[in-house]
Amino acid sequence: MVSKQHIKIALVGNPNTGKTSLFNQLTGLNQKVGNYPGITVDKKQGICHLSKELDATIIDLPGTYSINPTSVDENIVYETLVNNQNPDFPDVVVVVAEVENLKRNLFLFTQIKDLEIPTVLVINMADQMLRKGIKIDISVLESELNSKVVLLSARKKTGIGSLKNVLKEYQNLNTKTVADVSERIHGHFFERISKSLPQFSTYKSWLLITQERDCNFISIQEQEKINIFKSKRDKIKKFQHKEAIYRYQVINEILKKTYFVNREEGTDLRGKLDHILTHKIFGYVIFAMILIVIFQSIFAWANIPMEWIDGAFAQLASFAKAQLPSGKFTDLIAEGVIPGIGGIVIFVPQIAVLFMFVAILEETGYMSRVVFLMDKIMRRYGMSGKSIIPLVSGTACAIPAIMSSRNIESWRERLITILVVPFTTCSARIPVYAIIIALIIPDKHYFGIFNLQGLTLLALYFLGFVAAISSAYLLHKVLKIKNRSFFVIELPNYKIPSIRNISITVIERTKAFVFGAGKIILAISIVLWFLASYGGKEFKNATKIVQDKNSSRDFSDTDLQQEIATYRLEHSYIGMLGKTIEPAIEPLGYDWKIGIALISSFAAREVFVGTLATIYSVADKGENTLTIKERMRNEVNPITGGKRFTFASGLSLLLFYAFAMQCMGTLAIVKRETNSWKWPILQLFGMTGLAYIAGMIAYQFFK
Amino acid sequence: MNDSIAQLEIGEKGIICDIAIDKIPLKLLEMGCLPGKEVELLQKAPLQDPLYIRVNGSYLAIRVETALQIAIEKI
Repeated sequence: MVSKQHIKIALVGNPNTGKTSLFNQLTGLNQKVGNYPGITVDKKQGICHLSKELDATIIDLPGTYSINPTSVDENIVYETLVNNQNPDFPDVVVVVAEVENLKRNLFLFTQIKDLEIPTVLVINMADQMLRKGIKIDISVLESELNSKVVLLSARKKTGIGSLKNVLKEYQNLNTKTVADVSERIHGHFFERISKSLPQFSTYKSWLLITQERDCNFISIQEQEKINIFKSKRDKIKKFQHKEAIYRYQVINEILKKTYFVNREEGTDLRGKLDHILTHKIFGYVIFAMILIVIFQSIFAWANIPMEWIDGAFAQLASFAKAQLPSGKFTDLIAEGVIPGIGGIVIFVPQIAVLFMFVAILEETGYMSRVVFLMDKIMRRYGMSGKSIIPLVSGTACAIPAIMSSRNIESWRERLITILVVPFTTCSARIPVYAIIIALIIPDKHYFGIFNLQGLTLLALYFLGFVAAISSAYLLHKVLKIKNRSFFVIELPNYKIPSIRNISITVIERTKAFVFGAGKIILAISIVLWFLASYGGKEFKNATKIVQDKNSSRDFSDTDLQQEIATYRLEHSYIGMLGKTIEPAIEPLGYDWKIGIALISSFAAREVFVGTLATIYSVADKGENTLTIKERMRNEVNPITGGKRFTFASGLSLLLFYAFAMQCMGTLAIVKRETNSWKWPILQLFGMTGLAYIAGMIAYQFFK
Repeated sequence: MNDSIAQLEIGEKGIICDIAIDKIPLKLLEMGCLPGKEVELLQKAPLQDPLYIRVNGSYLAIRVETALQIAIEKI
């Protein structure tokens, strides 16, 4: 094979310009999502074949309005384009602009041109030009911008070929600046900059000077020189201000010669839809209805595939047990690994459905309207309108919900959002709630429609939401983080969502969840299996001890097996752990068996039911909840002589599970997103402490 | 003291004449909210905050505290 040349191309552009559509067109499914080292912003890359001799790695950078970063996402763009030592530093930048907002998109374009990187301008959504009465003189625009300009429509798949042709000839691209800031704003100041740092382009030095943080990719000497200029803060602010005005002047001049709109102003679709969707009553009603549809689909529709998955994994486990030679390794596979993987995969339908709705709401432009609608309310609790997305997503799973908080600009608002999201009732709590409610709440109906058990479940959802909101309020009053809170959001045009984009988003995000959270859950379920399958001397001799003890009694074989299993569990390592913590959980009305379930469900809450099923020695004959329930109901508290699961201890458990931080995956993701152990530890102790106190009060009060 | 964007009624327009650069994010300038540009208040959120404006071809929502820092001349 002839040695193929390989170049890097970065896609840059404002949000809502169809940058991702173009990325999907260029790379197809030939893409992968990784992480930038140290931070967790998704890094999307894909391969595009330009010609026989030339391949390109396309890097999809997060949407930004300017090179000056204001959020985690935007910082990536800054660091990729300003640091030419960066492994992702591109050979070519493709700036994606949208035909209707060309003026604002060109702002970013002129900044990038000033960095003197070969740049191509793509004007996307060209199919809208006729309808909107827009005409563009491309050849004049090209000469004014010193750049190649490509008109295309990523959705209608037109113009992609011409873009590829331009990229093939990347060596011929012009690197001349368009709006040379250094000359026009304050020549003298910029002359001193370029004299002091001749190794950088003037604009690069200027960008380094304007950033608040020091940057880690220049030498100490260079940083010292930068710092001298940095000290003149007032001057810098003024120049930045001037820079923005100057750039728009240049852009306006250029567009006057090249961009013509013939449009009758009037009430368009946007105006009409906005009027309804952000109406002071209908706006909230519509949002509430959308939420109901989402919940309905997560809990009702996603249930069907979840049952299939559950059944399939149970069969797989028994198949493995039957086919593999019996032994420890087979046990590990059949009792540890397969149920562990099943425990993750079972949430895929719910999470995929949720991601689908979030992607649709974002693509259509509706999500920005909700943010607009909710901002004032959320601000009272120290959060932003943008916190709504994580809080809604949290009802499926806190892990993707926390990841979706990245676009909140204010660190303080973002941190509070991350800290309170785990209080929302995630889907892992449902199986726990279901079994305990069935045990302690009578199955009564009121007025024919209200089922007491159903109402209790609803109350628990409400409780989770109240806990999230009130702890946010508390954090808002307590947290001493000074952070300029600011909030700007663009309200994009309404769009019909593209099925292709949505499916790619759903697939990519679900994959990221399964592999990210999956690794942790899997690892812990293996550890738990070991702890439950090994123990001291009594554990090893369990069969003999139990047989001897019960030799006089007339036991059937299955009953004896169950008796042995229970005895084993009691003397396994995890059983010992349960016994150790028993004194601590006694005030809440729990014994060592529930203690084991608590410990094991620390990895993931839904493990609780499975563990109890094992503990109460239910022979595993599929999902026979009735038996587990009956066993639990018959369980006797040796001290009182009454039932173990009374109203008091049941309520205590419900409250414990509502508040406690029992999810390793969430803790891991909070650590990654906040880049510190401080916040996940605060969550762990704060939430679990609250759970303990609430459980104890409930038990002591009602017992 | 001039009016600010926060004093506009729905449907009213003004020309931006001064911006308190220390108190508003640079991002807003970069999105086209600049002196000399026309700004129209399209809608207020139900609790009167944030404000939904059109400026220089962009449709943006900003909080009232930010809007107060942008002086305008009503037209």
